[in-house]
Amino acid sequence: MEKQSDLLLDIQHLHTAYRLNGKFYDAADDINLTLKRNEILSIVGESGCGKSTIASSIIGLYDHKNTKVTGDILYNELNLVGLNESLFDKIRGNKIGMIFQDPLASLNPLMRVGDQVAETLYYHTDMDEKERHARVIELFNQVGMPKPEETYAMYPFELSGGLRQRVVIAMAVACKPEIIIADEPTTALDVTIQAQILDLLEDIQKQSQSGIILITHDLGVVAETADEVAVMYGGQIVEKADVKTIFEHPLHPYTRSLLNSMPQSEDEEEDLHVIQGTVPSLQNMPRKGDRFAARIPWIPASAHEENPVMHEVEPGHWVRCTCWKTFHFQDEVSGE
Amino acid sequence: MAKEIIEVKNLKVHYPIRSGFWNRITDYVRAVDDISITINEGETYGLIGESGSGKSTTGKAIVGVEPVTSGSIMYKGVDITKSKSRHRLNYNKDVQMIFQDSLSSLNPRKRIEDIIAEPIRNFENLTTDQERDRVQELLDIVGMPSDSIYKYPHEFSGGQRQRIGVARAVATNPRLVVADEPTSALDLSVQAQVLNFMKHIQQQYNIAYLFISHDLGVVKHMSENLAIMHRGRLVEIGSREDIYQHPMHIYTKRLLSAIPQVDVEHRDEHKKHRQEVEQEFQNDQSKWYDKDGRVFPLKHVSDNHLVALPEKEIIEEETNDKEGA
Repeated sequence: MEKQSDLLLDIQHLHTAYRLNGKFYDAADDINLTLKRNEILSIVGESGCGKSTIASSIIGLYDHKNTKVTGDILYNELNLVGLNESLFDKIRGNKIGMIFQDPLASLNPLMRVGDQVAETLYYHTDMDEKERHARVIELFNQVGMPKPEETYAMYPFELSGGLRQRVVIAMAVACKPEIIIADEPTTALDVTIQAQILDLLEDIQKQSQSGIILITHDLGVVAETADEVAVMYGGQIVEKADVKTIFEHPLHPYTRSLLNSMPQSEDEEEDLHVIQGTVPSLQNMPRKGDRFAARIPWIPASAHEENPVMHEVEPGHWVRCTCWKTFHFQDEVSGE
Repeated sequence: MAKEIIEVKNLKVHYPIRSGFWNRITDYVRAVDDISITINEGETYGLIGESGSGKSTTGKAIVGVEPVTSGSIMYKGVDITKSKSRHRLNYNKDVQMIFQDSLSSLNPRKRIEDIIAEPIRNFENLTTDQERDRVQELLDIVGMPSDSIYKYPHEFSGGQRQRIGVARAVATNPRLVVADEPTSALDLSVQAQVLNFMKHIQQQYNIAYLFISHDLGVVKHMSENLAIMHRGRLVEIGSREDIYQHPMHIYTKRLLSAIPQVDVEHRDEHKKHRQEVEQEFQNDQSKWYDKDGRVFPLKHVSDNHLVALPEKEIIEEETNDKEGA
């Protein structure tokens, strides 16, 4: 048994629904996830699958009028769902740090970057101005900023994309949060910078013993950094396992199709695998049956469960629906 | 030996920096600085570089929308950097472009029919019926339903829009299509779709592609020959095998080692290797770049593998290789 304190975040039956034309539609549908200390949990899926919705539900950054969040997000026995704003302000940025995709959009263009990091400290700690300045320099050193003192007085537009993302990371980790949510932190960056930022995140996690939720669509990034992986399709988690299992023994048809559509070195002359059809929009998402079934029409309907649920195939390896047992690619001979 | 279609020779695109009281030109931004590449008929030529390396500027210069500072782009034996010769050769019909952002490259107020027919109207004289047949045929090639001609760009998903972009680019039966990051805004499964269509069209119509991208995995899948660009210059040119199996320039090695690998078993070794290469890149700046931080001129290592090696290093490299072997 793990110690109770190792469990940082426990998400149970989370539903996040957005109002569209007067009706609520679940963008995240019955999400169950846990995040432990010292763990990088990766949520992977294509655009519109609901991975960012989970992030905004955890951190409470959504439009309260048009969004309905139900279920439990337990952080230290505190339920973050429906928590009042003044309590949330003490957690957000302090206990839970957030890194967004576009660093330029998440920084204030009219404020020196050092002051922006210091602002977090102003709200969450009782440091005086000198201490804050010293801490920002320390943070800039920690995130590998080449000239911390000079960078302190710069504006976001004066920095390159990689350096801007380092500022955002410094901001997120300023109060030594226990949970860091990184929503596509490297999507806007070049590969070489991406590698550096991912290394940096790993280093920070090791030092602070925090848990990281890494949201990405890049399977390569997942394979390089994650410990646990949750694959999402159409607002649901379809497969959940440790990183090795996901890449070496994927079971769910969607995971297998996705891995197959990566441009890989061996089959240069061949066509890439294409998943038939398109992801249905939020309003047109089928609410009954297997949501992925329409994309694999050659699999008979009898292979799917009527109401697909997650099954624990092996300890720690969860797969939605039973269709994986009979699934084969179209050009493959059926497994039977 | 394949016939060459475009030969870029010593292409330079410089932008002036103006400053001081009289706003005089004080220096230049060397966006593209002396590059030479040759694209063969019907092949896909990959051009790889990080943001700001000048790869898109090169693409634009080849299409003819970017004024060239010096150098030449030879097509059918004529330099097309002057607009007069472009007109004479029908160059603007033979060379088309696919853009990265499909939404901003399609006119939101036009129907798909008009978008795809626009290049046809520019260069060919067809009756309305012929034109509609041609548009239908093009939509068929990229696997779009025939009723899409009455729709507007916003009614389509990103992958579908990019396919419309491909259809528009091939509408005039071009010889060369410059594809500037055609799939970097797309999801993995959609990207596969667009890349497959691009490949099929190439085989069917013998079109050459200049495939500009920062994604080394995609370029590896698409192109036979490729060039790596850094700080406005080329650091390495070669076949796919040359670049991916035997990279020689430190920058190429760095770029290759930074691609995330889907190999969970060896990820620690991969990370270590990447950090070693990065360290070497940081330490050996002076060895691989001249004192202004620019890349050295290219040198032949084998017949079609060119690397930007410094003058004397090539001999040392060879002896090192021999010692290593």
